Amino acid sequence: MDRLVFLVAAGLAHGAVLALFAQSLVIVWRANRVINFAQAALAVVAVYAALAVTAVSGSWWLGAFAGVVAGGLLGAAAERGPMRLVPTHTPLPGIIVAIGLVMILQAGLAIAFGPEYQPVPAPLSERPFVLAGIPVLSPYDLLVLVVAGLVMAALALGFTRTSLGLQLRAAAFAPETARLLGVRVSRMITLGWMLSLATAALAGLLLVPTELGLHPHALDGLFVQAFAVAVIGGLDSPAGALLAGLLVGVLVSLVSGYLVAAAAPLAVLALLTLVLLVRPGGLFSAAKERAA
Amino acid sequence: MSTLTVDGLTVGYGDGAPVLDGLDLEVPDGAVVALLGANGAGKTTLLRAVAGLVPARGGRVLLDGADLGGLRAEDRVRRGLGLVPEGRGVVAELTVAENLRLGALWRHRGSARTAAVDAQYELFEPLARRRDALGHTLSGGERQMLALARALVAEPRVLLLDEPSLGLAPLVVADLLGVLRRTAERTGLTVLVAEQNVTSALSVADRGVVLSLGDVVTDRPARDLAADPALRHAYLGF
Repeated sequence: MDRLVFLVAAGLAHGAVLALFAQSLVIVWRANRVINFAQAALAVVAVYAALAVTAVSGSWWLGAFAGVVAGGLLGAAAERGPMRLVPTHTPLPGIIVAIGLVMILQAGLAIAFGPEYQPVPAPLSERPFVLAGIPVLSPYDLLVLVVAGLVMAALALGFTRTSLGLQLRAAAFAPETARLLGVRVSRMITLGWMLSLATAALAGLLLVPTELGLHPHALDGLFVQAFAVAVIGGLDSPAGALLAGLLVGVLVSLVSGYLVAAAAPLAVLALLTLVLLVRPGGLFSAAKERAA
Repeated sequence: MSTLTVDGLTVGYGDGAPVLDGLDLEVPDGAVVALLGANGAGKTTLLRAVAGLVPARGGRVLLDGADLGGLRAEDRVRRGLGLVPEGRGVVAELTVAENLRLGALWRHRGSARTAAVDAQYELFEPLARRRDALGHTLSGGERQMLALARALVAEPRVLLLDEPSLGLAPLVVADLLGVLRRTAERTGLTVLVAEQNVTSALSVADRGVVLSLGDVVTDRPARDLAADPALRHAYLGF
C-alpha cells in the first residue's frame, strides 16, 4: 500500500511534465496541422540557454524565465525559417525537415557543450515528505505539479476566453474563413509555435533535474512519451493531453515500480496501441474531425 | 459611400487558360448588383480574386479609387471589403457568439463590440436563440444567417456574397435577401451578389451583370433583365 501511494504520487509528478510537453505538441498541431518532430531538440536548446543563465546569475527562476523566452524565440525562428518553406499538403516533407533540424541542433550542442551528461540540481529539495510513514511527493515534485497545472490552466483560459485565443483557434480550424474576418493568420501560426516551444522548454526544464541531467538527447525520451500521450489524448484536445499525461505518468511509474523500468516504454506503446485500436482518433478527439 | 472598380482583371489557375480575361466591372456607391451566369462563368473566381484569396495575373481592383493590389485578404477586409464565401464558411468548431465576435474583433473595441454583436442578434432573431450552439449544429439557413451577420458586424463598405441561396428553402432565401436589401438601403452598403437563383437575386438588385466564360456579356437594370423575355432568354437561358 505504501509503495502504491508513493508510486502513484511520483507518477503524477512525472505525468504533469508529460502532459505539459504533450500540450506543446497539441498547440502546434492545432496551429498548423503538423507534428513537430524537432520539438525536443528545440526545447533542449532552450534548456541549455536557461541553465547558462542560471549558472551566470545564480537564480534558477531567472534561468527558467530565460528558457521560456528562448523557447518562444526558437519557435518563431523554426516556423518563420525552415517550416514555412516546407510544402504542407502532405506531412512527409515537414517531418523530414524537422528530423534534419534535430540532427543539426543536437550535433551542434554536442560540439559546443560536449557529449556528456551535466548534472542539474533541482531548485528545491528532492527528498520526499513523509506522511503517516509513507514517503510521498518531494517539494520539487510539488513545484512541478503546481507550475504545470498553472501553465496548462493559463493556456486553457487563454485559448477559450481571450480574443487572441479566439483568433488562434479560428486560424487553426478554418484559416481561409479567419482571413476573411480580418485575422492575420500567418501571425497566429507563428504565435502558436512560440507558445508551443515556450511550453516545451518549460517542460524540459522541469524534467532535467529528475533525470540524468543535461545532454543534447536529454529530452528525446520525453518527446517519445509525450507524443504517445498527445495521440492517446486525441491530438486536437488540450484536456485529453492533460488526462492522458497523468494516466501515462502513473502507468510508467507503476510498471517501473512493480515490474522493471525497462518495461515502461513497452507499457506506453501497449496503451497507445490499445487506444488506437479502440478509438483511432484518441480518447478525447472531437466527434467531427476536420480534414487537415 | 463606396465604389468597387474592377479594371482589366485577369485570373487563372495553374498554367491553364485564364478564367477571367481582362474583366471590367464597376459597382457604384450604394448599389446592389446581381452577378449572374451559368456554372463556370467565373463568378466565384471574380469574387475570390477581388477579396484577395486568388492572386490576379493582371489588372486592378480598386476600392474608392485606392488600389488593393498587393494587399492580402485579411488586409482587404480591414479596408472595408467583406466576402461571404460559398458554402457559408461558418467556423464549425466555434459557437455562434464566437463566430460573431471574431467578425467584430478588428472593427470594434470593448463595449462597442458587444453592442455591434447585439445589433446583429436583433437583425437575425433566430441566431440570438442559438448563440451558444456550435457552428456544426446549425441548419443551412442558420449558417447562412450567421455568415451574413458575421460579415455585417464588421460594417463593411462593400459586401461580396457568393451564392447565398445555395441549398436553402425559398422562404429562407427571401428572408435573407430582404434583410440584405434593407441593410443596404439603411446603411448605404454597396453589394455585389453572385447568384444562380436569378429571380431572387434580380428581385433585390438594382442592376444585373451577366458573366459568361469570364466576360461581362450584359449589364442592365435588374428590372429590365427580369421583365424582358428576350433578354432573359438570350442571357439567362429561360
